[in-house]
Amino acid sequence: MLVSSHPSPPAQHFAVVARGVEKSFGSLRVLKGVDLIVEYGKVACILGPSGSGKSTFLRCMNHLERIDKGLLQVGGQLVGYRQHAGKLYEMKQSEVARQRADIGMVFQSFNLFPHMTVLQNIIEAPVGVKRLDKQQAIDEAMELLAKVGLTAKAASYPRTLSGGQQQRVAIARALAMKPKLMLFDEPTSALDPELVGEVLNVMRELASDGMTMIVVTHELGFAREVGDMVVFMDGGVVVEQGSPSELFTNTKSNRAKAFLSKVL
Amino acid sequence: MPVVPLRHYGRWLAAAALLVVLGGLVVSMITNPRFKWDIVFQYLLDDAIISGLLMTIWLTIAAMAIGIVLGTVIALMRISENRVLASVASGYLWVFRGTPLLVQLIFWFNLSALYPQITIGFPFGPSFGNFDANQYITVYVAALLGLGLNEGAYMSEIVRSGLNSVPVGQREAAQALGMSSFRVMWRIILPQAMRVIIPPTGNQLIGMLKTTSLVSVIAMQELLYSAQLIYSANFQTIPLLIVASIWYLVLTTVLSIGQYFLERHFGRSDRRTAIAASEDSADGSAENARVA
Repeated sequence: MLVSSHPSPPAQHFAVVARGVEKSFGSLRVLKGVDLIVEYGKVACILGPSGSGKSTFLRCMNHLERIDKGLLQVGGQLVGYRQHAGKLYEMKQSEVARQRADIGMVFQSFNLFPHMTVLQNIIEAPVGVKRLDKQQAIDEAMELLAKVGLTAKAASYPRTLSGGQQQRVAIARALAMKPKLMLFDEPTSALDPELVGEVLNVMRELASDGMTMIVVTHELGFAREVGDMVVFMDGGVVVEQGSPSELFTNTKSNRAKAFLSKVL
Repeated sequence: MPVVPLRHYGRWLAAAALLVVLGGLVVSMITNPRFKWDIVFQYLLDDAIISGLLMTIWLTIAAMAIGIVLGTVIALMRISENRVLASVASGYLWVFRGTPLLVQLIFWFNLSALYPQITIGFPFGPSFGNFDANQYITVYVAALLGLGLNEGAYMSEIVRSGLNSVPVGQREAAQALGMSSFRVMWRIILPQAMRVIIPPTGNQLIGMLKTTSLVSVIAMQELLYSAQLIYSANFQTIPLLIVASIWYLVLTTVLSIGQYFLERHFGRSDRRTAIAASEDSADGSAENARVA
């Protein structure tokens, strides 16, 4: 059951509004009431120890996980539910798919489609889902590839690319749907250290273009430099949030202090 | 210094013994007049044999087609979250894998005793119901039902293992791009599952080719039954069995070659990896060195 005791905020201004979001896997409570508001055009970096629920929370935002309780809106719309006559109706899969088309997601393990070339990976959804003209999709894809510096790899298969290159393609693939919000789930955690920089550079550029981004990451440097807000999660709740300078230099909660002292 | 390789006397002895046995066999095949090679060659291209051969080929293709379509449907039912669909699929598997194909064939052959008026909308002649129960078509339908439904059970396991072989992240990435569940399955999951599905399906096809000989028990005039009809008249049992065996061998050989090329085709994204990896290790730049 999804229960909301809160009045709906004027949500159109916000990319993401979460109030009391709860989620369990069986008897394991992963999210215990997460509250978060992210404005459009901002970059929010979510930090926290593993098992804190940050990835699960991110996955809830495009309904890869279904929430058990609370309110979760993306772009002013409830994720995965329609509100009608005081009840919440679970959306049909086609409606969920339409919602997801506006939300880009980048995964820790890249998840490029191995049976398609880089170019095919990028145009698959624009052509297949948005019914974009194929030539136009190719033109846009080549622009995106230029942006992530991989024009030469258009005809390559993903497995011939390095991890950093694969992740840059994955970002281009998500951008090809012209999303209003980009979700990054530990985008550099599976990369060799020397490849992290190239991916972060692409993300940095994206942020400076004004893209709304929510980034689950362990890259504190990136969070400090690029993040407009930093969110520290632990034990399934948001423990502390604020601007990077606030959170890093004037850490209030003991749990955040303990975490930061370990990773810094 | 010259190198003296280890001498494998044991292997040489075994090989020599094997050659002697094989030689004896070949000599006996030539000298034993009961092989009657002249009759073998006389019947190899006999009209009845060839039409039996064509029937075997057609049966194999049709039964496999039914098996693959049915197997895919049943596999999708088995992984469905709907318990009824999943249970029905499991029950289907239980029955058709748990009883001998020979029994199933005879059962289907005698189905008219159970349901005389039902000949079902099977896609082999919509006008079937209007005809008098023609003996030939009854056998034909029984053979296709028996082979196809049985194959569907085995194919469903192959398809299911193929679907399971695709990492869950592939589905999630496709969903996150806004693809419909049909599109995710058709464009992302199935093409990748094919790599796992194709090799055992090739084996099933080769197996099916030989299994069609079972329908000779319900008097279906495929390759074996055609040979049996001839030798029951002229009593040249061995030569005609050799004729049938030669054709089975020819067909399975052709299929094995086809299977080889099909597997190469569906493994192409893997093969490029190997090529790229060898190129990369050659130029050895830091970025490319990471390619596994």
